Amino acid sequence: MTARAWRSLNLFYVTLAAVFLYVPLFLLIVFSFNDGATLAFPLSGFTLKWYRELWDTPELLRAAWNSVLLGAVSSVVATVIGAMAAVGLMRFRFAGRNLLIMAAMLPLVVPSVVLGVTMLMGFAQINLPLSLWTVGMGHVVINLPVVILIVMARLSGLDANLEEAAMDLGATYLGAQWRVTLPLTLPALFAAFLTSFTTSFDEFALTFFLVGSEPTLPTYLYSQLRFPTRLPIVVAMASVVIVGSFLTVVFTEWLRRRGETQQTNRVDSLAGDPAIDGRRPGPTMRPNAPALGRGSTPRGGK
Amino acid sequence: MRQRRWLIVLMSPLALWLGLLFLAPLATMVVFTFRAGSFGPEHDVFTLENYRTFFGNPTYSRLLLSSAWISFVASVLSILLAYPVAYYLAFQAGAHRLTLLLVIIVPAWISFLLRVFAWKLILGSGGLLNIVLMAAGLVDEPAPILLYSRSAVIVALVYSYMPFVALPIFVALQRIDRSLIEAASDLGGTGWQTFRDVILPLSMPGVAAAFFLIFIPTLGEYVTPLLLGGTEGLMFGNVIQSQFARALNWPLGSLMSLAVLLFTLALLAVFVRLVRLEDWVQA
Repeated sequence: MTARAWRSLNLFYVTLAAVFLYVPLFLLIVFSFNDGATLAFPLSGFTLKWYRELWDTPELLRAAWNSVLLGAVSSVVATVIGAMAAVGLMRFRFAGRNLLIMAAMLPLVVPSVVLGVTMLMGFAQINLPLSLWTVGMGHVVINLPVVILIVMARLSGLDANLEEAAMDLGATYLGAQWRVTLPLTLPALFAAFLTSFTTSFDEFALTFFLVGSEPTLPTYLYSQLRFPTRLPIVVAMASVVIVGSFLTVVFTEWLRRRGETQQTNRVDSLAGDPAIDGRRPGPTMRPNAPALGRGSTPRGGK
Repeated sequence: MRQRRWLIVLMSPLALWLGLLFLAPLATMVVFTFRAGSFGPEHDVFTLENYRTFFGNPTYSRLLLSSAWISFVASVLSILLAYPVAYYLAFQAGAHRLTLLLVIIVPAWISFLLRVFAWKLILGSGGLLNIVLMAAGLVDEPAPILLYSRSAVIVALVYSYMPFVALPIFVALQRIDRSLIEAASDLGGTGWQTFRDVILPLSMPGVAAAFFLIFIPTLGEYVTPLLLGGTEGLMFGNVIQSQFARALNWPLGSLMSLAVLLFTLALLAVFVRLVRLEDWVQA
């Protein structure tokens, strides 16, 4: 088979895979406009009534608002704690550093159900009643490793000498962090915040165990899945979430890429050490722009 | 010395947070495995009864193994399905690479619960699959297809994790030095030989990372089986969940959690031995 035919065949396959990925989402959106009480084919006409009912369901809006607040607060906390730790891990050499990195990454490999039940028992031991606060504490734990990975990745692409230079020129340590490191890592902090926010907004497996009487959006949706008459409203909500997440992801990606190019330009002119740049790891689950750049360079030279 | 002082300032919030909200609860769980009951006077009685229950009943360990099997099948399937996509992105997509990459990963960011739930609209009676098969004359009446079975769980897991799996494979393929591929074809290797002897082995760190990224989280999965699995598709996570949500047997639930955690960590240790840690951190 020629390379060209092989490429077309694979393109066909990729199209199928994309269809596989989007059909379920598309179906949810289709059913949100379906004028029928059951979520089954055949479709019975176009309606906007589920969206109207959605608007008239205060508990749902309240749950959505809870999730927004929860996501915002827990992500700010995770970003601040994680970013501080990332600076410590990248800029200092100390005994137990690798052990600390391992410990910080551990929540990534503990199943959510286990995290959930251990925290549930922990809170019960100290008689802390379950609420959105306990959920938030849990969300910080699962987001910390991701924040640390994202910020460490950015820091490893920055030259530590920049801070040193600032301090040689009279800045205090805090001043150097504030006026040099912080501005340079800002895009990463923003990406870390948004990644945490989307995780927190969508988290169910852990939240289920820690949530009190105030539901988050996923726990509310889950509670509604048991009532067939409520399902069309859930599906309308789902469609809003799908479109909303889609826009957030596109926006985040746009921001990240903008940050990436700015970053590269600025840092390359200052440091430009390919050995450091080349090692810059991309955080998990994110397209790795440095890897892309490296991959295309040799071909660009031909 | 300024360095030490700032290091302590930088690291203590993390240490405190993880210590109090991650490690201490883990320790609580371990203690709970020896308790006689969740609350009341039995809470303070220590016993080995839970261990006897757990190890005395082969259902538990069998369920743990069958859950691991479900995770394994889902992982392998999603890698097989995602590999060609990653290959296309890395070698054939050209200028559309980044857009296509976004197309693949965007579904991964949309509500997990709803993505799993959406499969009911496909597999259920009067679902999409049913309609299509009826139109094709393969099925005569509306009936659920695959729903409430192990297969439904696997399909939904593959669906949920495929984007995450495609990514590390793509990154690994992207890293391959193109001159190696040219050298292979200059030396007379056919397309297939080049793939088998050069590209595939060099992409293995990505494949291992992908496997890790799906296998570990799906091991403790309980939401997908709850929605789609019925009784046949039950996983170990469901038993843990029901000990806390329904049965309120925290000590036994703790022991099950400990079992799945140790099982996960043991597998992780094997992985880390097989694949260098840095490879998957970078992927």
